[in-house]
Amino acid sequence: METFLNRYRNVTVLLVVIFAQLLLLAVQVKNDQDVRIIRVWAVTTVTPVARVVEWFRGGSIGFVRNYILMHDASEENRKLRDEVGRLRLQVNFLQNELNTAERAKALQLFQAHTQSKMLAANIIGTDAGSNSKVVLVNRGSGEGVMRGMAVVTPDGILGKVIAAYPTAAQVMLVTDPDFAAGVVSQKNQVRGTLKGQGKPLCKMDYVPLGEKIEPGEWLYTSGDDRVYPRGFAVGVVKSVQSTQPFQEIWVEPSGMQHGLEDVLIILEAVHQAIPTTPPVNQPVYIAPAPPQDQSPANPVAGGNAGAQPATGTEADKLRAIYQSVGEAQNHTYGSGPPGTKPPDFTRLPSNPGQAAQAVGSGPANATGSAPAPGTGGRTNAPPPTGAPRAQPGGRAPANPTPNVVRPPAPPGPATAGTPPARMSRQAAGAPSNPPSPGSAPGAAKPGGTTVRSPAPPAKQ
Amino acid sequence: MSYSSDRILLSSQREGQISRFRAWVLVVIPLFAILFQIYVPLFFPFAKVLDMPLLVVVYFAVMRRSQIQGLLIGAFVGLAQDSLSKNWLGMFGIVDTLVGYFAASIGMRLDVDHPMLRLLLSFFFYVFHEIVYWVLLRALLAQMVPLELQRTLIQGVFNAVVGVSLYHFLDRLRETV
Repeated sequence: METFLNRYRNVTVLLVVIFAQLLLLAVQVKNDQDVRIIRVWAVTTVTPVARVVEWFRGGSIGFVRNYILMHDASEENRKLRDEVGRLRLQVNFLQNELNTAERAKALQLFQAHTQSKMLAANIIGTDAGSNSKVVLVNRGSGEGVMRGMAVVTPDGILGKVIAAYPTAAQVMLVTDPDFAAGVVSQKNQVRGTLKGQGKPLCKMDYVPLGEKIEPGEWLYTSGDDRVYPRGFAVGVVKSVQSTQPFQEIWVEPSGMQHGLEDVLIILEAVHQAIPTTPPVNQPVYIAPAPPQDQSPANPVAGGNAGAQPATGTEADKLRAIYQSVGEAQNHTYGSGPPGTKPPDFTRLPSNPGQAAQAVGSGPANATGSAPAPGTGGRTNAPPPTGAPRAQPGGRAPANPTPNVVRPPAPPGPATAGTPPARMSRQAAGAPSNPPSPGSAPGAAKPGGTTVRSPAPPAKQ
Repeated sequence: MSYSSDRILLSSQREGQISRFRAWVLVVIPLFAILFQIYVPLFFPFAKVLDMPLLVVVYFAVMRRSQIQGLLIGAFVGLAQDSLSKNWLGMFGIVDTLVGYFAASIGMRLDVDHPMLRLLLSFFFYVFHEIVYWVLLRALLAQMVPLELQRTLIQGVFNAVVGVSLYHFLDRLRETV
């Protein structure tokens, strides 16, 4: 080093002197951003070095972490895989729970919108027979289940109870070869008997050649079999063949289209009107009703809602009819304490259609159907049929639109009393109607106590 | 004044003579040159083109034939010149340091007693001084001043002529070893 400095002493001194004066300049001079040049030089000199040092440091640490310490990665990977598997199982479990909750909610909504008294049940087993279509449900005679009761789902009829045990019941499905039920087509009101075939499709029998029925047409229970109340969805016609003496009509039952898990057993049957439109499962959201207009132009929304329902739904019209009955008997709804005698709803107008016309446009299905829960002038009443699958949030009434999702219906009048048109099991002793061509031959088999649905009302 | 030889280029450094000066000469002459530079142009503005400190640095550097001494003289004169001007400290210092170093380097290989060589050296180092100063202005201070080369060359000639006369006067102050 000393030799080097001696050899290049002159140049070294020159550089030192120049450098010293450059430093002197840098201390004085500022750049255009008012920063002294000495700072700029210092930062410019130091930062690349710092960057290189940091690069080496980061690289070294990364090398150590990524390569030297990699022996932990396999163990961590295994743990993560185990955790992923656990979480997947948990997700599946929760998904099943959610599905169950959704089904339960659908059943609950269906129950709420159907006048018949129902009991929810779960299918807990199947029959051992190769051809028979029988399942076991977890409700038995202890809960009031009796032989002959109808079993339905929100999608349609599922079968009927053929044996009730204390803790369980045996249900014959609609696809069982021994199953039969009276049905009526929606469009042309053609009556017939639905028979199981041991296959996914059922057959509608005893339809004369001249009766007009079309593929795609929906079938509903006619109530003639005294098992199923009128107005429950059965299925849709898949094909129609003209044969002698009866047409060969194949029907796809709708009650099992969403699987067999949760069912409803009808304890007290109430006949319903057959809807005018087929049930659809596409939910459509309908916003809540607008604020009630208190002007006289909208009397339904006002306090005298039942007096002049110039417009409104079927439920509004029914409500108006029953309100007019109450007013005729000097009864004020909502004024009496609990236990107050309700109005005598047996004194309904002989022709509800005319009565409805008096207050609006009369419905044709007032008789034999329970009144809808009181509404505030909006269509919140349940539909006259239990056929469509209930969707969370409610479903549409007999409306050209498919299932709709609605806000919950407001509670009805507290003193409206029990719907007078409800027919319970006690009515089974009433004189039965003469067998109609559409009555199900397998609906009332001898042997044992059989619950019979009330006779359907006269066809409107 | 007589010259020992007509040769300009020396065959070796030993062939040249090292001029020695008294200490007061090395202090007073540069000081006098600086005072001349800041005082005479007050009365004679044309004297501003004359760079007396530069001529003194060139003379002492080539006559001492020592690069270190040459650059130290240049640094000292330059910093003094900066201190008495509005320049940033170090601008003339750096330039005069380089002039002193290279002048000494040339003086080691040339017969600096030759008047023509002194004329050329004075002219060359004046132009070198102006160009380096212009470069430093642009590089260090980002001052985009134009380089007036023609005026620089003319002033170089003028300084060279004055320098030859000045060197002739300063030769009387040296001590020959």
